[in-house]
Amino acid sequence: MSTHAVKRTSVSLQQKPSFGSVLWDWLTTVDHKKIGIMYLAAGGFFFILGGLEALLMRLQLMYPENTLVSGTTFNELMTMHGTTMIFFAAMPILFGLINCIMPLQIGARDVAYPFMNALSFWLFLFGGILMNISWFLGSAPDAGWTSYVPLASQAPSGMDFYVLGLQVSGAGTLMSGINFMVTILTMRAPGMSLMRMPMFTWTTFIASALIVFAFPALTAGLFLLMFDRIFGAQFFDVAGGGNVIIWQHLFWIFGHPEVYILVLPAFGIISEVVSTFSKKRLFGYSSMVIATILIGFIGFMVWAHHMFAVGMGPIANALFSVATMAIAVPTGIKIFNWLLTMWGGRIRFTTAMLYCVGFIPSFVMGGVTGVMVAAAPADYQYHDTYFVVAHFHYTIVGGVVLGIMAALYYWWPKIFGKKLNETLGKWNFWLFLIGFHLTFFVQHLLGLMGMPRRVYTYLEGLGFETGNFISTIGAILMAVAALIFVINIIYTHTRVKEIAEADPWDGRTLEWATETPVPFYNFAQTPLVRGLDPLFIEKTQGDGKMKPAEPLGEIHMPSPSILPILLAFGIFIVGLGFCLHSFFDNKWISYFIVFIGTVFSLLMMMFHSIKEDHGYHIHPNDYTNKGVGM
Amino acid sequence: MEKKVGFEGTMIRSNWRLLFLLTIVPLLLTGCGKPFISALNPQGPVAREQYSLILLSILIMTLVIVVVVIIYVYVLLKFREKPGQEGYPEQVEGSHKLEITWTVIPIILIIILAIPTVQSTFNLSENPPSSEAAAESDALLIKVTAHQYWWEIEYPDYGIVTAQDIYIPTGERVYFEVTAKDVIHSFWVPSLGGKIDANPGLTNHIFLEADKPGVYHGKCAELCGPSHALMDFKVIALEPSEFEQWLATMSDYNDAPQTALAEQGRAIFEQSCIACHATDGATKSPYPNLAGLGDREAIAGYLKNTPENLKRWIENPEEVKEGNLMPSATELGLSEQDIDALVEYLSQLKLN
Repeated sequence: MSTHAVKRTSVSLQQKPSFGSVLWDWLTTVDHKKIGIMYLAAGGFFFILGGLEALLMRLQLMYPENTLVSGTTFNELMTMHGTTMIFFAAMPILFGLINCIMPLQIGARDVAYPFMNALSFWLFLFGGILMNISWFLGSAPDAGWTSYVPLASQAPSGMDFYVLGLQVSGAGTLMSGINFMVTILTMRAPGMSLMRMPMFTWTTFIASALIVFAFPALTAGLFLLMFDRIFGAQFFDVAGGGNVIIWQHLFWIFGHPEVYILVLPAFGIISEVVSTFSKKRLFGYSSMVIATILIGFIGFMVWAHHMFAVGMGPIANALFSVATMAIAVPTGIKIFNWLLTMWGGRIRFTTAMLYCVGFIPSFVMGGVTGVMVAAAPADYQYHDTYFVVAHFHYTIVGGVVLGIMAALYYWWPKIFGKKLNETLGKWNFWLFLIGFHLTFFVQHLLGLMGMPRRVYTYLEGLGFETGNFISTIGAILMAVAALIFVINIIYTHTRVKEIAEADPWDGRTLEWATETPVPFYNFAQTPLVRGLDPLFIEKTQGDGKMKPAEPLGEIHMPSPSILPILLAFGIFIVGLGFCLHSFFDNKWISYFIVFIGTVFSLLMMMFHSIKEDHGYHIHPNDYTNKGVGM
Repeated sequence: MEKKVGFEGTMIRSNWRLLFLLTIVPLLLTGCGKPFISALNPQGPVAREQYSLILLSILIMTLVIVVVVIIYVYVLLKFREKPGQEGYPEQVEGSHKLEITWTVIPIILIIILAIPTVQSTFNLSENPPSSEAAAESDALLIKVTAHQYWWEIEYPDYGIVTAQDIYIPTGERVYFEVTAKDVIHSFWVPSLGGKIDANPGLTNHIFLEADKPGVYHGKCAELCGPSHALMDFKVIALEPSEFEQWLATMSDYNDAPQTALAEQGRAIFEQSCIACHATDGATKSPYPNLAGLGDREAIAGYLKNTPENLKRWIENPEEVKEGNLMPSATELGLSEQDIDALVEYLSQLKLN
């Protein structure tokens, strides 16, 4: 390791690049690791934004008949909190982790389509910006993250920003899904058969497949809503022969798989971290893979369980009830496999592992309440109450967020080259976990006691006071925990001087076989994979280093390009133009903006098609190191 | 007409009563919530059937949690790394026996839950009897139309139209036809049973039944705009004889003013309010029919029914209920005296 330390010093002695060239480097990058870091940063920003929105809502609900915010403002906060957290915080942060880690885990030098990868990121970022611009232009979206019509088709102009913002970022998400799938199918290192892939890669693969099949439904729904709102179509207008239920079907055909798009990568993370810190291979790897596939598959057949109260009739309700309950089986397999992975292991309680240990019971709670809400007649009571709010926060915070936190502590040294502080990490973990359960556990009871969700206030004397007060205290604790995490990041990157070891946790998978910081080409020579947990195999059966699968040779790399951000910006202008349709008396002004954006985007596409770019090659003499990695 | 509701009384009842004693969770839960609003304090057979399904699922799920937590705690205590341990523990690939066990047992548990779920789904979905059958069976049908942010209540067999307070007889299954005028709402009376969406352009059915006389809180459960939180209503269950009396009062509702001030109020009403509101208990006015307003449970759906609150509501509706469509007193050009007269008149619209 000492040689690396020397190398770092020599680098830092070199002249510092100018700010302009660093900025240009990031704006034009097609490197999956840099794109991953940008995803993490932007997702982190939106996470804080969504968290502040949640905190304001909890403060409003701290006391009965509180007047901190009005009903309209509350609806805006609630809509933006949900939409931001799902589309602009949880998914991007997961995409960031996938981008940073998945190509390393399969021994690839980048994703299959690096240019498209950059385009995906910029589309997501501009989509998020477009939606949040609404705060400054009159009104934010206020019909809930589900935006049920006709409330959403009649809502004020803020709703247009929801429609177009999601449309722009959704295009990026769809491209990412395709990109990850192709990468995993075609770019694995020699020897890495499908059944030797790390679980995080497996779950990324299935989640990407879900994206590819689920997002088009959202796109279709959003187009219908856009046409209703902007061009006066009547898809959802009862008076014009439209139907208000079809939106809910389209939304949930996307929306339910979306839950698994979020939680499957988190499952993958838990599998990696639990295995590493128990020093054991994942128990029942094959059944884990099958369970993941089953969850993805059944996940498409249960969407209408969000609609039991719509009046679909007993046959549909009964079928969707039973299908939904079936998902509990593969999920249960996963829980027991994790427990049995730890069984007989030597568990090290690092912060990352603590998050996994916190994840298991929290997610089990979310899972069992999931089976409870699956029972249609009982759901007539739970539906649209705080019970449901509690349930999905147990799956998304107790599942996805705890998983993400585990991943951040686990992979931070590989992604950023520094190890996060463990003491602060433990404060972060305990406060977050306690705050989380305080916030959401009582909400189960509040729901059963008759408190509907999405209410900006409640009356005194109905028995909701204590529960809501406790819940708000919990939310404040979670906010403090998030603050400690931010402090930890700042502390780590200002005070900690030493670069993290390449393999700080005694890892088992390929990402730990590369140097830290990871060179831009990842592996000087593509590694040869001899089985599941390839690095662990080399550690126990070889000399601890991956064997190369190819001789030293030229490495083919994609060239950086400014086109992705420009193209995404053009599409952003198109979206903005449509959003502004109600701001001008003459609609043609907004259509003109749309026209400008379209022409600009098309020019960028043409430029990209015409310009020949075969990337570039690095000669072996120019590598900073030789061999696979360390 | 008395039909045994669902699986209750069969296998589930005896099972859950036994298991009831074995777990503290339901015990914790049953103590929760006020009887007039909580789903945990069911006041009729529909809510009870749903409640027993809730209990059954809680029991099964508690069992799952207990098993997981026992293994979890054991693993975390037993297999933590001890100082001085070197190398790697045995690498276990998996175990077919174990994996089959934790696949099969959940399947069995889910079947146990799925059977009563399916049964109950069909039990609770009975549509109201057709009009001829209804005439024979005397089943009561009530049409509920949800508006932003109030509930229109119609008794088609009796020609009664009212709002906000739904009167029903006890001990009898009451059928509701639920729809909405503007956006989607959801009709929910937690202590009697839940819940059905009110969809514009479509009609849904639900039936409820109350065991005892009482006032049960109803809520709108689907986000419908800024005042969604305040879109409350009440279900008032009366003994059948009293309910008959209420029907008689409402079918021939007397909305004549009783005092001189109220006379004035009536005149103002006819000038400023009548375009939107009726007071006869029979007309489907565009906005709430105010027959019986003096005896309504609440003003604007949630404020205590006092003349002061009524005045506050008429003076500045937006302050009371954000986003509602009633014009303020200023917009209607009503003076202080006008409002007082109006309040006097409207408060007199009682149910006797």
